[in-house]
Amino acid sequence: MSAHGLILAGTDGDRTWRLQDYVARGGYSALKKIIAEKTSQDAIIAELKTSVLRGRGGAGFPTGLKWSFMPRNFPGDKYLACNSDEGEPGTFKDRDILRFNPHSVIEGMAIAAYAMGATRGYNYIHGEIFEIYQRFEEALDEARAAGFVGQNILGSDFSFELFAHHGYGAYICGEETALLESIEGKKGQPRFKPPFPASYGLYGKPTTINNTETFASVPFILNMGGEGFLNLGKPNNGGTKLFSVSGHVNRPGNYEVTLGTPFAELLEMAGGMRGGRKLKAVIPGGSSAPVLPGDVMMDCTMDYDSISKAGSMLGSGAVIVMDETTCMVKALERLSYFYFEESCGQCTPCREGTGWLYRVVHRIEHGLGRPDDLDLLNSVTANIMGRTICALGDAASMPVQSFVKHFGAEFEYHIENKKCLVPPEVQRAGSQIYVSPSC
Amino acid sequence: MLEIEIDGKQVQVADGSTVMDAAAVAGTYIPHFCYHKKLSIAANCRMCLVQVEKAPKPLPACATPVTNGMKVWTHSEAAVKAQKGVMEFLLINHPLDCPICDQGGECQLQDLAVGYGASGSRYQEEKRVVFNKNLGPLVSTDMTRCINCTRCVRFTQEIAGEMELGQAFRGEHAEIMPFIEKTVDSELSGNIIDLCPVGALTSKPFRFAARTWELSRRRSVSPHDSLGSNLIVQTKHDVVKRVLPYDNESLNECWLSDKDRFSYEALNGDQRLTAPMIKQGAEWKQVDWQAALEFVANGLRGIAEDYDAAAIGALASPHATVEELYLLQKLMRGIGSDNVDFRLRQQDFRADGKRAGAPWLGMRVAEVGELDRLLVVGSFLRKDAPLLAQRVRQAAKRGLQVSALGPNAEEWLIPVRQRALVAPSMMVETLAEVVAALAAEKGVPVGGAFASGLPTRVSDEARAIAVALAGGQKTAVWLGSLVAGHPRAAELQALAQELARLSGGTAGFIGSAANEVGGYLAGALPQTGGLNAGAMIEQGRKAYILVGAEPDLDFADPVATTAALGRAQLVVALSAFDSASLRESADVMLPIAPFTETSGTFVNCEGRAQSFAAVARPQGETRPGWKVLRVLGNLLGLEGFDYADSEAVRADALGAGVEERLDNAIDGVIVASHAAASDVLERVADVPIYFADPIVRRAPSLQKTRDAAVPVARIAPVTLAALGVASGQRVRVAAASGEGVELVAVADDGLAPNCVRVAAAHATTAALGAMSGQLSVERV
Repeated sequence: MSAHGLILAGTDGDRTWRLQDYVARGGYSALKKIIAEKTSQDAIIAELKTSVLRGRGGAGFPTGLKWSFMPRNFPGDKYLACNSDEGEPGTFKDRDILRFNPHSVIEGMAIAAYAMGATRGYNYIHGEIFEIYQRFEEALDEARAAGFVGQNILGSDFSFELFAHHGYGAYICGEETALLESIEGKKGQPRFKPPFPASYGLYGKPTTINNTETFASVPFILNMGGEGFLNLGKPNNGGTKLFSVSGHVNRPGNYEVTLGTPFAELLEMAGGMRGGRKLKAVIPGGSSAPVLPGDVMMDCTMDYDSISKAGSMLGSGAVIVMDETTCMVKALERLSYFYFEESCGQCTPCREGTGWLYRVVHRIEHGLGRPDDLDLLNSVTANIMGRTICALGDAASMPVQSFVKHFGAEFEYHIENKKCLVPPEVQRAGSQIYVSPSC
Repeated sequence: MLEIEIDGKQVQVADGSTVMDAAAVAGTYIPHFCYHKKLSIAANCRMCLVQVEKAPKPLPACATPVTNGMKVWTHSEAAVKAQKGVMEFLLINHPLDCPICDQGGECQLQDLAVGYGASGSRYQEEKRVVFNKNLGPLVSTDMTRCINCTRCVRFTQEIAGEMELGQAFRGEHAEIMPFIEKTVDSELSGNIIDLCPVGALTSKPFRFAARTWELSRRRSVSPHDSLGSNLIVQTKHDVVKRVLPYDNESLNECWLSDKDRFSYEALNGDQRLTAPMIKQGAEWKQVDWQAALEFVANGLRGIAEDYDAAAIGALASPHATVEELYLLQKLMRGIGSDNVDFRLRQQDFRADGKRAGAPWLGMRVAEVGELDRLLVVGSFLRKDAPLLAQRVRQAAKRGLQVSALGPNAEEWLIPVRQRALVAPSMMVETLAEVVAALAAEKGVPVGGAFASGLPTRVSDEARAIAVALAGGQKTAVWLGSLVAGHPRAAELQALAQELARLSGGTAGFIGSAANEVGGYLAGALPQTGGLNAGAMIEQGRKAYILVGAEPDLDFADPVATTAALGRAQLVVALSAFDSASLRESADVMLPIAPFTETSGTFVNCEGRAQSFAAVARPQGETRPGWKVLRVLGNLLGLEGFDYADSEAVRADALGAGVEERLDNAIDGVIVASHAAASDVLERVADVPIYFADPIVRRAPSLQKTRDAAVPVARIAPVTLAALGVASGQRVRVAAASGEGVELVAVADDGLAPNCVRVAAAHATTAALGAMSGQLSVERV
């Protein structure tokens, strides 16, 4: 974990997740200020727009714009939901935010509620990180006791009730409308849009859903001003971002850096390549983002536009680093299995297609590939992409397409020779994981 | 209105329409599976993907709202590519076992695969297998064929009102299933068979019975409840193989109740009476029609000569056709008797002679959706009229407030906002309280006939109902079977009429049989001082003609009925079925055709006369009832029995029009006030859905459902405790006379205190006698 940046700054001490430490770091000052100064809702949203804070959950949608979609004069409750259902392979940043700086999320949500007139909020926390759910509940108790959350916050007429809700580990519940269904107690399946949550969300009421890191950034934006936040990064890519660096690096972990930081620098922060081996490939934005060859990646800076230009997505900022010992077919097999297992089963292309993709990749990996399998994979992914209710179909397809595109030769070698281009002893040297005999 | 161009064709559609709606207007077919006009949008099958101008991706037509000026291509290269892609996905795990699938030939997936599928599969991996589920005796499952469109799930949730099916598990492992260890018990469950676009849900009774292309499709009308659902009866070699709904948006929509759908099994059963029979001593002898009809004609003539024509009485089932009922009354009047009736479960006939017309629902069925207030009095609405209840359920979602008054509060799957749960003996007083409260609420005086005798104290429940009615723009009061069979039915009707007047709405009868309105229109009730059904049983006749009625199951008091028939010299039974009780009571049995083997007419609760033709040849020596009565009229030398066809009978019976003869108004019924007897136990008798008429009670699959369970004695927990009986214990339930019957007592908090709900129309409870009145309950 890095102590640079904003959200994680000063959180490497002893039990520094507590309210007193957060307040000592300047926490809740933004909330206190807007309440004391009766800052207008428009002013807050304008500040966010200036900051060009883009959604940190993966889609990168401008947060200020999203907040402005909430109906102003809606009679009745409006809801806020925090998406802490971090389940994508490679992503582990939100749990650290909730673990080390939960109050930044609470303050961010309270400010968001104030700005959008929401009366109730839920933080939906991934089911497999229960101790973090408990940590957040403790923080929530502290915040309630201190009057930062609840009725008449800080003596004002602004009230906002916030609750933690833990899921049961389904990846799909990280899709914002599946998350709403899950909070409602239903099976976690995405809703089709329109209507969008801003008009028909939780319990049919206007709802805004943001990622944990997005909410956590909000207090810092108000404190330093939108302009200041934007200037931390580069144009159209404001502020700092947490990157979950994993894979074949010496020091995997979360690194909060300003957007626009060169990948090479991030890699250096993570201790460089393990054993000094050659960088082969990087998935820059979580497992659903297209993989990029190492040399392409070394020329990128870590921001939305640069990565997008290179042909991938910054996504959630989960940087999966693979060195030359990696069998790309095996890597894809793992990823495809994940999407096969996590498809919700609601709509046809994803329900049927993810299993098909996995089985074909599995076959290739196990020496049973056929000459036309790569065409088949490309065709099946094309039939899934853009045809599903939510983005999981795309998420399952993009790794397949990009692996085949960039490392097609490796797949062809597998199909022709019934074994891996990367010799087994090399794979074994690079990894502690089991290597199948056919490799 | 919005402008949209579909495949180059300009159409205008209402605001809020989807591309699918617009395509329907344009007459364009967009392939689909999960979309259904009556269900919520799921957009999960993705088959209806179409190309929309400026959209980067193909969009589902079913879920895409039309915007003004939108351009859509449903059969462009991009659209068809998307549709074919989806079809490939649908087929990869589908077993393609069409040759052994009951859906073969009427399968949406099969049909669309012809247009959108490939000739071979690119999927070379193992296919998914899903274990079958037990959904009960009516719906058969082959879940491996399921394409997870969730139409069945949405049906149970949205139309039937209770989510009895759901999709469990994720991704490729997703399965449609009922709750663990549960079956689908809805009275509308059969509709999921029609809804299933593949062969995952098929009809259990029809399983492997025929191929769809072997069957003739003939239109008919349901002979069961008062809605008159429109049917397609499918036959093969003159045997009814299956019954499907015929879309009629103003009645059954595209649905059927299970009773309408599966009762046909009885028509092919071994209990059919297929030849005329005469009892000689203790022996039943099969005879030819000539002999049987002469026996009947001579017998009736003899009774009339020995006694008087009035010594003959005719009792017909309200499930008989207009033609049968009309000819029966004509025959009776021809021989000089006015003793004819079809209201076999009625006890109070005081409204006779005071009626302005034939009692009916008082409104069109299609108008249910426009109601904003509905008071249902004394009805088992959901089981007595499943599809009418379904309409109320949909209307309730749009803001209709439903109130109920009566001794029963079983689950209707409709929110009941106000309820007065009172014993049968308190229904008149409570309804009178509602009248008083509504008059007060409206600030207008009650009608003259009620001015005295209205209660001065009004219960909170009655007031709440009155307030609800007062707040409505379009209100209705519906009277159910517990009112029709109530000992003070006329008073309840008069009060309902006053409620309707005060609230500016309508009042009417739900009805519980296919042709009750038709019975009135056909004149099958006493008109010149003759005896009604109750009096014919009470006073006894020397001869009876029964049409389609079973003595132990179809009468208000089976004990008294059986006794009266037993004392008669001649009992002639016209019946489609042979039964022990008919053999016991009758002297001659004449096999008449059920609805599938005769032409006829039923007039439903909204006064709609629906005629139908025979869909199959009569079995054995069976003859259409109207023909039997016509020949009998001829044999008795009566005038006006020379009808060439049933249309001519209908013309005489119904005349030019029905509508102007419908009128619920009654005049001159005095509403009395009785102090409540608080400490006596009263019987509440329902007629269970699958015992209601001779056909359905012989349908084997329906008899295996939960709704056909052996009757128990349902008692409110508080009353059960007072009796010192635990739920599940056996009790002896007895009426004032007779030794009663032994039943299992079951605590039921959907019952008013001091009420004992024991179903009628069942052999195990027939010995209990009258459907209402005092009972005693003792532990055994």
